[in-house]
Amino acid sequence: MLIHLPILQVIIPLLGAPLCLMVKGSRFVWGFTLLVSLLASMISVALLWQVEANGTLSYALGGWQAPIGIEYRIDILSAYLLLIVSCMSTIVLLGGYRSIEKEIPVSNQSYFYVAYLLCLAGLLGIVAAGDAFNVFVFLEISSLASYILIGLGKDRRALWASFQYLIVGTIGATFILIGVGYLYIMTGTLNMVDLAQRIPSVSESTTVLVAFAFLIVGVCLKLAMFPLHVWLPNAYAFAPSIVTAFLAASATKVAVYLLFRFSFGVFGIELTESILPLHEVFIGLGLAGVFAASLVAVFQQNIKRLFAYSSVAQIGYMIVGYGLDSVAGSMASLLHLFNHALMKASLFMALAAVVYRLGSVQLKDLAGLASVMPWTAAAIVIGGLSLVGVPLTVGFVSKWYLVLAALEQDLWWVALLLVVGSLLAIVYVWRIVEQMYFAPSTSGDQSDGTREAPIGLLTALWILVIANIYFGIDTRLPVGVAELAAEHIFGGRL
Amino acid sequence: MILDLFNYWIVVILMMVGLFIIVARGNLVKKIIGLNIFQTSVFVFYISVGKVQGGSAPILSDSIEVYSNPLPHVLILTAIVVGVATTALGLALVIRIKEAYGSVEEDELQVIDNQ
Amino acid sequence: MLMVTAVAIAWTRHLFSAVMLASIYGLVSASFFVAMDAVDVAFTEAAVGAGISPLLMLVTLRMVGAKEATSHNHPYAALIIVAVVGVLLLLGEQDLPAFGSADAPAHGHVAPHYLQESAAEIGIPNVVTSVLASYRAFDTLGEVAVIFTAGIGVMALLFSDTPVHLRNLPNTSRSTMEDQVIPRVVGKILIPPIMLFALYVQFHGEYGPGGGFQAGVIFASAVIVYVMLFGLDAAMQVVSVSWLRFLAACGLLLYGAVGVVCLLAGKNFLDYNALLPDHIAAQHLGILVIELGVGVTVACVVMLLFFAFVGRIPHLPDHEARDG
Repeated sequence: MLIHLPILQVIIPLLGAPLCLMVKGSRFVWGFTLLVSLLASMISVALLWQVEANGTLSYALGGWQAPIGIEYRIDILSAYLLLIVSCMSTIVLLGGYRSIEKEIPVSNQSYFYVAYLLCLAGLLGIVAAGDAFNVFVFLEISSLASYILIGLGKDRRALWASFQYLIVGTIGATFILIGVGYLYIMTGTLNMVDLAQRIPSVSESTTVLVAFAFLIVGVCLKLAMFPLHVWLPNAYAFAPSIVTAFLAASATKVAVYLLFRFSFGVFGIELTESILPLHEVFIGLGLAGVFAASLVAVFQQNIKRLFAYSSVAQIGYMIVGYGLDSVAGSMASLLHLFNHALMKASLFMALAAVVYRLGSVQLKDLAGLASVMPWTAAAIVIGGLSLVGVPLTVGFVSKWYLVLAALEQDLWWVALLLVVGSLLAIVYVWRIVEQMYFAPSTSGDQSDGTREAPIGLLTALWILVIANIYFGIDTRLPVGVAELAAEHIFGGRL
Repeated sequence: MILDLFNYWIVVILMMVGLFIIVARGNLVKKIIGLNIFQTSVFVFYISVGKVQGGSAPILSDSIEVYSNPLPHVLILTAIVVGVATTALGLALVIRIKEAYGSVEEDELQVIDNQ
Repeated sequence: MLMVTAVAIAWTRHLFSAVMLASIYGLVSASFFVAMDAVDVAFTEAAVGAGISPLLMLVTLRMVGAKEATSHNHPYAALIIVAVVGVLLLLGEQDLPAFGSADAPAHGHVAPHYLQESAAEIGIPNVVTSVLASYRAFDTLGEVAVIFTAGIGVMALLFSDTPVHLRNLPNTSRSTMEDQVIPRVVGKILIPPIMLFALYVQFHGEYGPGGGFQAGVIFASAVIVYVMLFGLDAAMQVVSVSWLRFLAACGLLLYGAVGVVCLLAGKNFLDYNALLPDHIAAQHLGILVIELGVGVTVACVVMLLFFAFVGRIPHLPDHEARDG
């Protein structure tokens, strides 16, 4: 069975979804979903281990060898992403039961879990696929499922946010389809490895350049890269809390993966480097994203929205790493991918707990939270510190590597701006901390029954928080894998 | 030269019209229709790619020598299904938005949300 | 033709005509696909572009109103974006191989393999079906998952909270056609042949254009005709929502199960050769079963979509029946 792991990784959640529809009773459905997700994460661990030991795995679907058939291709980069996505999904689900129970009407809960599994399957499918068109299909599965998940939010604005996301997401996906089409015309193949071999011979044609442009813009729409991020803040702010935690930890990460995969894996370093001033553009946009989004975040009253803008800012850091276009830069970017997934998952989980007890995420309602929900408040503080990049947290590690990568190319101004950008994070995190710890509780006393979040939620939350600190101190695992992955992307083509 | 790529010119115009409707029109149903046009233009593009001069439909038969390329057809079959799935979901959202807001005009929704 | 319709759609402010034009647009593009030798695609586009999509849009319009507000949102921004994209596309087309030329790279490499080897490897004449259901069967599994996802989404959004009017007022979405004898009789006569045709399309996909998706849509359309003639409630008595939901899941599972069986038999996922010793027969069997899975899921989801949309129409006695 071991050789079938790549496909099992995707079909277990994919087929788990229709099965899930047949399970009755919300607790069982939740248990079933959790089980499926847990299986997926176990497989991803096994895959990572296999890839580290034996190198890239290839799996021919239907027994048809690529490029005739569709190939699944797991290299160290995909294995790393599979691990992040499936583990985050499992942890979020583990803590999510009570929150989902409260935020989603009973009649919709089973649909919710089905959509959740489909979304997970879609994301895993994107990462595992070695075929450009198959990426599009699974991208659409995960996107459609995430529109549903967001649209199930309680607030009516969730519907509007979901619709906007649907429009932007579909345009993005169609752009990707156009890009894939141009590539097919020029090369006659859809397989990524095959494409990578054939593109150099036609690389001087403008068609290939335009294909590149469409793919990158399409991915960046999905990625919510500044200035294409407009859909993200509302989608994150009004989606059910658990959905926000899951999507923030996985969906944008997969889009970043696609960016790396298409530009380095398919088009190849030489081509990517020769086109346009791509470096500068991405470094510039990344930094602009960091500053613009952080500034907006400072003025938000809704904390979920605040952290959503902060996500846009953090994506900016990853884009800078990508734009540096070096092993060190890519490594920092990939490392930040993992670390940011940890921070945002823990912060949004903490907010899920807040919503569960307070029913609100307005900044003013958080007054005195520390005294009624000490564990949740502490988790927000640690997550926030990690976001700022204080030493001993994961946020510090990735920013450290990012600054090093910038200095390596003597881009001292980039390094400086990255550090200054982090200062903005201090401002918005401090506003929350101040409100939680130092503002007098608005409700006077605690007689209104507000107390600490349910134990399941807290457990999952603190697993994430401890991971935030653990991987901030013992950096071997993520740094090691990210380094391997970055070297793999560059080594394979140079 | 121009005539060689005539189909592709049409595709470009269709795409631009579709995209224009999506961005410029505030009515949500209209946006979905625009999205449809946009997607269909991509279908036309792929299918044009698959055409081989003098070829016939890729259903094997002894009397036929040249076939058109079947691969784009397969891809577009999938893409059409994806398109209709998106349309259905989008329209369902439109209905819910109408029920929740009482309007399906983008600018009115913006106004309501800012209140 | 396509251009004219598209521009007309952009022009008109009346949404009803826009939808009608969109339907014509679908039909025109379907005929274009026939001209381009893509018969399977044409079949599907006719069913989807001129069938399901406009139908759902009409039902939606029934609820949200057919008049578009006159305000332009941001036409200049739109023009700029469109212009940039257009220029990019045109740039991309400079170096494209001429339309229809047989030696374009797209027709080299992978495609000839399908055309030349599929007779020996799969053994069915319709190459599109071979590629769809065997060489790239996993894409098709994804496609079924997409349509299943859409079904789930629409149900979650529209069925959930309030079919209040359905619960409180029995016999609500009753059709005005009920009093008209001729359509009803004609309809009754028509429905069985439509269903038969669906079955024909389902199993004929190996030889001619057709297959699970098209068959599913046609089958569902028979039920839709029934709804139009006899009202939603009558139709729901014949096919219940929970059964449809169950069957939709089963279709996807059936498809997946074929893959899993192949796995258990020691071959790769969806490698039909594991099913039977003779590989042509195995391929046939595999394709037949997965096409069935596709057909079942698509038929059920399309019906569910339609039920969900129509079931949402608030019943007002003075309203005429749906526009469609």
